[in-house]
Amino acid sequence: MRLKIPLAIIFVMGIFSIVTHFIPAKPIADLNQTLRNWYIGIISFFIFLGTVNLARSNSEKIKTKARDWQYSIILIISLFVMLVAGFYKGHTSMEEGKPFMYLYFNVQYPLESTMYSLLAFFITSAAFRAFRARNKEAVLLLVAAVVVMLGRVPIGAAMWHGFPDVTEWIMSFPNAAAKRGIRLGIDLGLISMALRMILGIERSYMQ
Amino acid sequence: MLMTEGIWVWIAGVLTLAIYSFLYKDNPLYKIAEYIFVGLSAGYWAVYLFWNFAYPNLFEPLVIEGNYWNIIPIVLGFMMFTQLSRRSAWLVRFPLTFVLGVSLGLQLIAAVEGDLVPQIIGTFSPFSKGTLFHTYDTWTSIGYIALLVGVLSTLVYFFFSREHKGVFGGIARTGVFYLMIAFGASFGYTVMARISLLFGRVYFVFHDWLGIIR
Repeated sequence: MRLKIPLAIIFVMGIFSIVTHFIPAKPIADLNQTLRNWYIGIISFFIFLGTVNLARSNSEKIKTKARDWQYSIILIISLFVMLVAGFYKGHTSMEEGKPFMYLYFNVQYPLESTMYSLLAFFITSAAFRAFRARNKEAVLLLVAAVVVMLGRVPIGAAMWHGFPDVTEWIMSFPNAAAKRGIRLGIDLGLISMALRMILGIERSYMQ
Repeated sequence: MLMTEGIWVWIAGVLTLAIYSFLYKDNPLYKIAEYIFVGLSAGYWAVYLFWNFAYPNLFEPLVIEGNYWNIIPIVLGFMMFTQLSRRSAWLVRFPLTFVLGVSLGLQLIAAVEGDLVPQIIGTFSPFSKGTLFHTYDTWTSIGYIALLVGVLSTLVYFFFSREHKGVFGGIARTGVFYLMIAFGASFGYTVMARISLLFGRVYFVFHDWLGIIR
């Protein structure tokens, strides 16, 4: 029961999703849509599970007075405040001008963008240390990075008017070519892995 | 500016500086801002996903329309929490395999119809519209040739069932050159995106908060 039923579920759901895609007629199409709605609804529970886990692990830290436990109190309070702000007025809690959106725009968003902007410093210092034109590959990487950076700022165009065009060309052709190659590989891998999992050959996710 | 808005700007400003204080060294002020961020983000996504995904797809049809079939996915959703207990952790396989089955089926179709076929068409279609250099300008035509060579050579590089030697090795090496250009371009692009965010925050501090820049 612990193995066979889950394997049967993945097989039936996988085959059903594939086959019904080619049958747009009712009632199969309606059933397919219902399953998709269920799927969308259920995947949000993954985040709920993550949130509960986060609260649980931080509560544990507070209880055992582990290292930096004081900060866990801040985390629990922030989480609680956001959840209360998001649920106390039902589905209208997410409307403009409500505490939930105030918290998002004035606390979470600034923190998020500042956190990401902090990477500008680290990425630049890492590049300064790592970018050495030791061989042909490193030269290509260095040149592409410098050209793209210069092509994206006004000072690049002021230095040479062709920088934005060269950047655009690099992004549209050689960059797109390598990414397309990677993507085609990913797609082929995804197709084979999906078939392996649907057919029950690949079961490592159940451990 | 309203007094309440002023308070929010002050909060955002102080938190921005708290995060930047990490540039000096790891300190309690940064840690406080970091933990606030993690707590708020987790709360935000839980609320966002509930009201935008779980509620309209599962709870609303059950409560408002009386669609009792929706009890099945709700039960499956709550079965996710069985993972929190070691004894009942195996029950998570039911919702997991349901989600995986539907998701793999959808992704398989999407990978073929939405990605694999259009990408191949996009690579070869410029060559099907007559002579390349008569249809497009010189640099675009060179670009399309470079694109075709790049896609094929990158694919060859990722083909590990044959040793990269001789002509095959040469093609794979061309693929490496393309990959290096792509990594460099992605790096440059990411740096500029981060610097643009940095400008945004600096502008916020000096314009919205301190009012030094008008």
